[in-house]
Amino acid sequence: MAALTGLEPVAAAAAKPPARPRWWRGLVFALAAAYFLIPLGASLWYTIHNPATGVSFSAYGELLTAEGFARSLLMSLSLAAATIVLVLLLALPAMLAVRLFAPRLRPVMEVLCTLPLVVPPITFVAGLTTSLRDGADLLAPTPFWGTLIAIQDPGFPVVLVLAYVVLVLPFVYRSLDAGLRTMDVRTLVEAARNLGASWPHVLLRVVVPNLRSALASASFLTLALVLGEYTVASLLGYEPFAVWIVTVSGSKGQLSVAVSILSLLLIWALLLAVSTVFSGRKKS
Amino acid sequence: MTAQVEFRGLRRVFGRTVALDGFDLTIAPGEFVALLGPSGCGKTTALRCVAGFERPDSGAVLLDGKDITNVPANKRDAGMVFQSYSLFPNLNARDNVAFGLRVRKAPAAVRHARAAELLELVGLPTHADRFPHELSGGQQQRVALARALALEPRVLLLDEPLSALDAKVRVTLREEIRRLQLDLGITTVFVTHDQEEALSIADRVAVLREGRLEQCGPPAEVYDRPATPFVAEFVGAMNHLAGRLSGDGVTVFGQLLPVDGPVPAEPDVDVLIRPEAVRVTPDPDGRAEVLAASFRGASVRLRLSLEGGEVLADVPGHEAARLGAGARVTVRLVERPVLVAARTVTAPAPVLSADA
Repeated sequence: MAALTGLEPVAAAAAKPPARPRWWRGLVFALAAAYFLIPLGASLWYTIHNPATGVSFSAYGELLTAEGFARSLLMSLSLAAATIVLVLLLALPAMLAVRLFAPRLRPVMEVLCTLPLVVPPITFVAGLTTSLRDGADLLAPTPFWGTLIAIQDPGFPVVLVLAYVVLVLPFVYRSLDAGLRTMDVRTLVEAARNLGASWPHVLLRVVVPNLRSALASASFLTLALVLGEYTVASLLGYEPFAVWIVTVSGSKGQLSVAVSILSLLLIWALLLAVSTVFSGRKKS
Repeated sequence: MTAQVEFRGLRRVFGRTVALDGFDLTIAPGEFVALLGPSGCGKTTALRCVAGFERPDSGAVLLDGKDITNVPANKRDAGMVFQSYSLFPNLNARDNVAFGLRVRKAPAAVRHARAAELLELVGLPTHADRFPHELSGGQQQRVALARALALEPRVLLLDEPLSALDAKVRVTLREEIRRLQLDLGITTVFVTHDQEEALSIADRVAVLREGRLEQCGPPAEVYDRPATPFVAEFVGAMNHLAGRLSGDGVTVFGQLLPVDGPVPAEPDVDVLIRPEAVRVTPDPDGRAEVLAASFRGASVRLRLSLEGGEVLADVPGHEAARLGAGARVTVRLVERPVLVAARTVTAPAPVLSADA
């Protein structure tokens, strides 16, 4: 998450003391490492050590064959992918349009996009449930009723994507806003228009390439948030990865912790992959 | 490849600000016209109307007699160089220059050849692989110029392209822009607030004030025969001296000078005199005293106190040695027609003129 906004490197450089003893840095590093690694190590030990049978990796073996593991993981990943695509398609053109054509609406947009942060997920779900229930009654005589049912398909609940788009909006807005601040959007867009570029061309060839790190961090945040999201999915009755872990932990303690460790590594690997993809293209 | 540009009754209002208020101007094919004026006079808005980034509330922009007011920006035939650095940060100089050709789906070989040719033209043949952040401000604007010319537009629009550069680069680059413009014979509209810049490179200078054209003419004419007091004030430095009309002339500092241009109804007027039209000779009994002298290389600008008022005078550098602060001098004005304007000079104006 180092590349959250693109502003950190500057802040870090400014905060760097000119002549601070090395051991102090080492100490901070060691403390931070201990804070992260001890719980992880403890969890790992718990999953592979059994007082009765000694050290064994059976929990990890069991995991791959466990009922629902692959299904829930796949569901979470596809939900994350769909959310990333949808939220970026919504937010980026909207933010550009506001910047270029209605700069006075920027504060309004900022407040709207930040609003999901202050609404507790519980409230959000309560509202969503009510809407789905009442909506079904309301739409029953219309063809939209089918749509309403379709988005609640347990195999791929589109309704969760919609909910997640709202939940990640503040983070996506922040990352993209920071990215747009680093460039003179108006001049770049006008320069491209002046050279004959159509609007889609401007967006894809001028704005997106220069927003790579911002788009990457927006995607990181969305991915991490969707993979770890529990409240909304659970209360709406779906079983993506996070919900599945909690379900499993009730019956198989060792297995659930093993899954948590594995999912941590998995998310880490995914983030690394996303970051390589984005930064790799930048260099070429 | 070059075209006539015509602004016809252009009007544009932003909220309560009137940026353009019936702006008319015709620019001949191949002509280099500088739009000059203080900030907020509408010069940039006028240029953006040609580029298509701004749509006038009324009036029209014509290119070779064809109304282009409603043509989208990406379908216009005008290359633009912006005030701020506008190169695409993700592309190197070559790809920046070739951007327009790429939009038009020209083959890579053609694009590269054309980009190389243009970079050569702006004096950066070896910088094709550099990215914008590896180029200096002046180099970036050169690449931007090459990029604007890559599609062989019929009009070149320059929106204060030199204002972000340091003084020396500014002068060399403006000469180069002029040389290139003459070579290509391309109609060019150059927006600037720097009168020296406008006077030194344009075929004609158009002075704007509050969204209207105040005067348009060759640099020498705008400087020597300003059509209005505003132009006189804005282009070059100007003394406002209290004078009194008498017959065909105006009396100022006891001298009777012929009057040029319109005359206000009131006999008490401001007489507009350029600093270089003020002759200063050292004289221990002189009525004027040098307050300060600022060295400007070839000339020295003196600030004189005369009869309670202040007068600016430019004298050649070698004469200034005897004209330090505190020296007594006599002042004479060069005998030639002067502009007068309604009285704006307040209190301790040189009142001597009135009793002569």
